[in-house]
Amino acid sequence: MIGLIGKKLGMMRVFLNDGTAITVTAIKVEPNYVVQIKTVDRDGYNAIQVGSIPVKQSRFKKPMVGHFKKSNLTPLKYLKEFRVDDISNFTLGQELGVDVFNPGDLVDVVGRSKGRGFTGTMKRWDFGGFPKSHGHRYHRAVGSVGNRTDPGRVWKSKRMAGRHGNDTIRVQSLLVVDVLKDKGIVLVKGSVPGHKDGIVYIEKSHIAFRKKAQRKQSRLSYIPSNILRQEV
Amino acid sequence: MNIQELEKLYTPKKEYPKFKVGDTIRVNYKIKEGDKERIQGFEGIVIRIKNRGLNKMFTVRKESYGVGIERTFPYYSPNIDSIKLVKYGKVRRAKLYFLRQLKGKTAARKIKEIKPWEKEAHEKLKQETKSKKS
Repeated sequence: MIGLIGKKLGMMRVFLNDGTAITVTAIKVEPNYVVQIKTVDRDGYNAIQVGSIPVKQSRFKKPMVGHFKKSNLTPLKYLKEFRVDDISNFTLGQELGVDVFNPGDLVDVVGRSKGRGFTGTMKRWDFGGFPKSHGHRYHRAVGSVGNRTDPGRVWKSKRMAGRHGNDTIRVQSLLVVDVLKDKGIVLVKGSVPGHKDGIVYIEKSHIAFRKKAQRKQSRLSYIPSNILRQEV
Repeated sequence: MNIQELEKLYTPKKEYPKFKVGDTIRVNYKIKEGDKERIQGFEGIVIRIKNRGLNKMFTVRKESYGVGIERTFPYYSPNIDSIKLVKYGKVRRAKLYFLRQLKGKTAARKIKEIKPWEKEAHEKLKQETKSKKS
């Protein structure tokens, strides 16, 4: 589905006319460009490659510079491919803005979650741990990891301590609350993976056709039209 | 553009009288009952103001039948119909949490009331002392 590359600005709250406040994440979208168009005949599937945030040409090796030259663009820092059904609407070098999305749409947001380093099982897998007092000297450790002679080993994929976070995470079917076209900002209901200024990919939701997602969309459809906002 | 600037776009315009910690105010709050909407007043002393842009909150404390009641309102909530300043009060603290331990008259004595006609002179005095210090 068509999508864009953006930066997470941060989270805030927005009031509605009826007095409820909803939590939103603001995503800043610099101008995106179509760098490459993939077709069924050539590549076996239809997709567009989108790039954003220009950088110096010297940052790239020659093959990459040539890749950008094909679409007459200055080299772009981030590239991402989005599958689309119909490629006839897109031309090489075309600029894409936040108006790809409309308030009320459902979107998926892909980002890299905050790295937490080496963490124990309580934080990483939500283990309960052991009592803190009443004579216990065993608090946050794993506990038992298996049986005795049968099977005589620890099962594969047993949940243990280790590196946590810094994974690519997709949050599905978030509501687009507002789109500020001239500022290039999208407000999305709820939270989005990653830290501030982290790169996120906003995509039209892959599960928007599901009944559950459609019910969610209609349930939340009153939000975009009821926001309290000053006229831009 | 950062998030603080963006918040300003979504901040509703409010025209409340300026109130400070220690003042007594009346908050007229909209309450929905079924389809009907009515306005309920809550009158008490402002014991805390938290300035966080759009998240600005203030807490009002009152005593009713000997029981202390505190209510925290979001400053920019559309459910606040109006705010009325009832009394100016002079206090020496930014957060009046110590009022929770006190009751009735002992609590009231901790706040020096400034009558509306004294207000101007009070402000003037305050500014003079400020300029003297600097």
